[in-house]
Amino acid sequence: MSKQVGKNAARVDAYDKVTGRAKYTDDLCDRGALVVKVCRSTIAHGFVKAIDTSAAETVPGVVKVLTCFDVPDIEFPTAGHPWSTDPAHQDVADRKLLNRHVRYYGDDVAAVIAEDEVAAAQALRAIRVEYEELPFVLDAQEAMKDGAPQIHEGCKNNILAHSDVRRGDYETARQEPGLIKVEGWYDTPTVQHCHIENHGCFAYQEAGRVVVVTSTQIPHIVRRVVAQALGLPWGKVRIIKPYIGGGFGNKQDALYEPLCAWCSTQVGGRLVKLECSREETFVSNRVRHAIRTHIISYVRPDGTLAARKLEAFSNQGAYASHGHGVVAKGMNAFPQLYPCPNVECDSWTVYTNRPAAGAMRGYGIPQAMFAGESHIDDICKAIGMSPLEFRRKNLMPVGYVDGFSKNELYSDSFNQCMNKGMELLDYQRKYQEYQNQTGPLRRGVGLAVFWYNTAVWPISLESSSCRMVLNQDGSLQFQTGETEIGQGCDTVYSQMVADAVGIPLSDVHVVSTQDTDVTPFGTGAYASRQTYIGGFSIVQTAQALRERILNIAHEQTRMPAATLDLVDGQIVRKSDGRVLKSLGELATESLYSLEDSQHITAETTAQIKSNAYSFGCSFAEVEVDIPMCKVKLLRLVNVHDCGRLINPALAEAQVHGGMSMAIGYGLSEELKFDPKTGRVLNGNLLDYKLSTFMDHPTLEAAFVENPEPTSPYGTKALGEPPACSPAPAIRNAILNATGVAIDSCPITPHILYRKFREAGLIQE
Amino acid sequence: MEKHQIQYETVRFHLNGRDVERTVDVRASLTDMLRNDFRMTSVKKGCEVGECGACTVLIDGETFNSCIYLAVWAQGKHIRTLEGVLGSDGQLSDVQQAFVEEAAIQCGFCTPGFVLTAEEILETGREYTDEQLRKLLSGHLCRCTGYENILRAVKKAMYRRLGKEPPQYSQHT
Amino acid sequence: MYDMKALYQAKSVADAVALRLAHPEAQIIAGGSDVLVQMREGKRAGAELISIQTLDEIRGVSLDPDGTLRIGSLTSFSHITRDSLIQKYINVLGQAVDQVGGPQIRNIGTIGGNTCNGVTSADSASTLHAWDAVVELTGPHGVRRQPIQEFYIRAGVVDIRAGEIQTAILIPKESYENCFGYYIKYAMRSAMDIATLGTSVNVRLSADKKTVERARVAFGVAGPVPLRAVHAEELAAGQPVSLELAERFAQAVKEDINPRDSWRAAKDFRIHIAVESAKRAFIESVKLAGGDL
Repeated sequence: MSKQVGKNAARVDAYDKVTGRAKYTDDLCDRGALVVKVCRSTIAHGFVKAIDTSAAETVPGVVKVLTCFDVPDIEFPTAGHPWSTDPAHQDVADRKLLNRHVRYYGDDVAAVIAEDEVAAAQALRAIRVEYEELPFVLDAQEAMKDGAPQIHEGCKNNILAHSDVRRGDYETARQEPGLIKVEGWYDTPTVQHCHIENHGCFAYQEAGRVVVVTSTQIPHIVRRVVAQALGLPWGKVRIIKPYIGGGFGNKQDALYEPLCAWCSTQVGGRLVKLECSREETFVSNRVRHAIRTHIISYVRPDGTLAARKLEAFSNQGAYASHGHGVVAKGMNAFPQLYPCPNVECDSWTVYTNRPAAGAMRGYGIPQAMFAGESHIDDICKAIGMSPLEFRRKNLMPVGYVDGFSKNELYSDSFNQCMNKGMELLDYQRKYQEYQNQTGPLRRGVGLAVFWYNTAVWPISLESSSCRMVLNQDGSLQFQTGETEIGQGCDTVYSQMVADAVGIPLSDVHVVSTQDTDVTPFGTGAYASRQTYIGGFSIVQTAQALRERILNIAHEQTRMPAATLDLVDGQIVRKSDGRVLKSLGELATESLYSLEDSQHITAETTAQIKSNAYSFGCSFAEVEVDIPMCKVKLLRLVNVHDCGRLINPALAEAQVHGGMSMAIGYGLSEELKFDPKTGRVLNGNLLDYKLSTFMDHPTLEAAFVENPEPTSPYGTKALGEPPACSPAPAIRNAILNATGVAIDSCPITPHILYRKFREAGLIQE
Repeated sequence: MEKHQIQYETVRFHLNGRDVERTVDVRASLTDMLRNDFRMTSVKKGCEVGECGACTVLIDGETFNSCIYLAVWAQGKHIRTLEGVLGSDGQLSDVQQAFVEEAAIQCGFCTPGFVLTAEEILETGREYTDEQLRKLLSGHLCRCTGYENILRAVKKAMYRRLGKEPPQYSQHT
Repeated sequence: MYDMKALYQAKSVADAVALRLAHPEAQIIAGGSDVLVQMREGKRAGAELISIQTLDEIRGVSLDPDGTLRIGSLTSFSHITRDSLIQKYINVLGQAVDQVGGPQIRNIGTIGGNTCNGVTSADSASTLHAWDAVVELTGPHGVRRQPIQEFYIRAGVVDIRAGEIQTAILIPKESYENCFGYYIKYAMRSAMDIATLGTSVNVRLSADKKTVERARVAFGVAGPVPLRAVHAEELAAGQPVSLELAERFAQAVKEDINPRDSWRAAKDFRIHIAVESAKRAFIESVKLAGGDL
């Protein structure tokens, strides 16, 4: 059936995007919309005692000023998770539309609705907020201490959640004589997604309902959250998602849709728009959890693992958002990636007065891999074993099955990926050559692997619904709740649909926009799940559609349906290959029949009760200028086994993007906080060091294709995995070059200066 | 607060091959005018302070961030947006075509700016090294592509214009 | 839309001077890459602006009859880099401003704006200091010239008086003749960044290329305003060219620089980078001047 799957089909949205015609949220908003701007707290923690809006209200053009004293007394959750009907598993509801208890510098305390952006900005400056200030805390471990500021009521020591893993007997196992203890603390930063389109939305009321058009990854989830926040029946809310300018997990949260919707209801349902500025995107959307990880490994001199312990402290920031799932995912990867009989893992998710952390490409795994893979090279250094040999010896073996997810490593993915990467980089020769260099410029190579899985089963719901509607000409519309966010899912869906139904690719019309009124239910883009889960419902729905088509073909041709096939848009008699009619002729005849007119559609929901490992690795080569404290990334190679490639060119492009994000994570990106006020210091694209065109080497992406048995198309996760292993590979390359083991990222010149001084590489 | 007296000015300029005239609020940026008065959706807002390049337009042949350029300064200028790059029959330019072929487009938000800058670069008719192209394109941020396929696309269009064979990229698949 | 109270567009330098006198509170706007950004931030919200953006009479590079190199204040960075006079007499300035932001910023940003905002990190500023540039200001009483080091008063404040606008940056012939320089921008990214430290060195060697006749070095972000490291300059003058001299020259810059601790970088780190950059820029300058190292 595979004619399109596996080919480099051009993106279905390429023309519209390359001409600038594709419509994003703001392109769709009427120019007459009222403008909403949010008044933000200028303290990191405390209570709003009073707000004086009188001056703001007199600013010409101001329509209304709303404050935290006006909002419904409803706390709501924002995470882009499927809802749980079991109250015990529901996301934490811990914020209101505007908050009296402010929990980070930049929290939402009031909103101005004005006729234009200048009036709104002037009114914001005229609002006077009086606070009762409380002490604040920015560090997760500090926040856990007794006596630390209490950020949410009833949350002892600010611990949102704790979970653990216990295997064997760590305490006894570590007593084994002759073991080498390797211990490290690894820190990862708060970073932001930096999609180039900021989040924005507009809302209005129509037919007694609230309509929100928004830059989101998760329209159906946003509908539920907006309804919860406003206290409305869920059906009273309609969400429309047009093209979005990137999301990377930030838009896998309800961001300002609830506030925007509420503001519309406060001005009689008029059209209001709320656009986040870049500065607001950095501070008042979501960020990646900064996680501090403590790892102890007891290793035998032969390189086998006797006992291991991990403690991870995840900085949740001010609100729960995705909460504990992020660090828990990283923790659960730990005993799987390098199986060891005796393991103790604990992870804590801790509220602090930083911006709220949510989902971000990799969902805890970039943090876990920075810590875990840095630690592996620290072990190698301690026992004198090569990083490659240690990994070959200890990585998850073929046939490994995870007890919880039932994921199985079917193929020798790790070794195959490492072999390919090694070859591309000429790793082994260079690794030897770069030992024991002297002089100011030194080179190094590094390796890191990553663990990933696909979708969220069995933690959460996994289903996919789609609808196919046949047109008169034999083409069809395809709709699903899973969203195009730039990754290319509309295109790979088209390829799958063409093959599954048996029509040419040009006859598949993907409805890219999701509208909760018309799009089949679906939870949206996250968890690197779309290609995987979409495949199930596409195959299932195509089967139903084909059955209908062939039954109608039977009516029209008098040939038994079982003898007919639909191939490349033609009704074919299987026995002799004769084309009986085109699908277009069939559809036209069916729709306009005077006897039995049929609208030919199919719509099904597929249950996906499986998950799939998706593994790979990164190889990096660096040149370190020691006196200048600078790292130049010379080469970076990522190798992935994401199963069968549906569209190799788009897969490669996905990998490039993830590698790029990870280069920033490894070397330059970090939100910095003023310790005196808790304010973000560098929340703009100049001071936040996102990699530019000049900061990258040629990005090299390679694949190993072991078809995934659980997927109808043999595919599995690729969206997030590319961002997981480059940072530790770069870190390990710096170790190879200089002998200096860096224990945090990003590895900036500031960090290198301190570390090189400590190591005596720089004298003052 | 006293009512602000809005100051308007009439601006005449050349936009994508034709003479146009608009009366605008002097407080408007060129981005505001092109988006609001001409509905040019290719001019995107990504930062509004000249850091991301999404609002790039060509003014008298040079690239500018239209967000930090006052609309009234357009007076007498030749301004080109991505809408003016497309052929009258909807035919993509060679640069646009190369972007499509090289999978250089993902979310599409930075794409118009990159295409315009690439048009400016290639209008010189020169052959550039990778390093030079990276620098010439460095005024645009992209979070999806890692810039890799954008570089390939620009190179492909450059080589085609120069009548040379574009380089082949190894697919490690 | 920018929150500005009024916009006055000057039609000529004389008109700009008149507007400055008529609206003493108004802010001058040249390219806009600083003023508009600050206005959006709220810092200059509600201000009146005098736009000199369209004054072509102060755009471009030329030679005055006495050999002084004249850079019109509205000349954009990209035009400076591409200018043949700049390339011939003070190529390092073209290279320095070619590292400002990205290409679009270099098309809009002007050398006048870069110096008038009084920022220590400006990529043009250290080179202009190192080459003893002279600032030309035109006001109600005519033209006033001032050495650039005196033009900078303190961080963010320069000596522009009532009714004045900056009309040119001048490089005297004595300053550029037989001089060769090198600029190192130390930043966290290779594009779209402001300097953590800017180091501009230039040298004039003896005819036989064996002796340093004059060495000048200036830094950005080594103090509240761009500054010269005169101890290092004095140390190098008249000395034979050698790597050892480069090392001593570099160490001597510590006598004059005074960077601060900030969230962007620590003082000791900046000092370390200043010394290393001074050494490298000195070596490169000597090589450009034909010296053998």
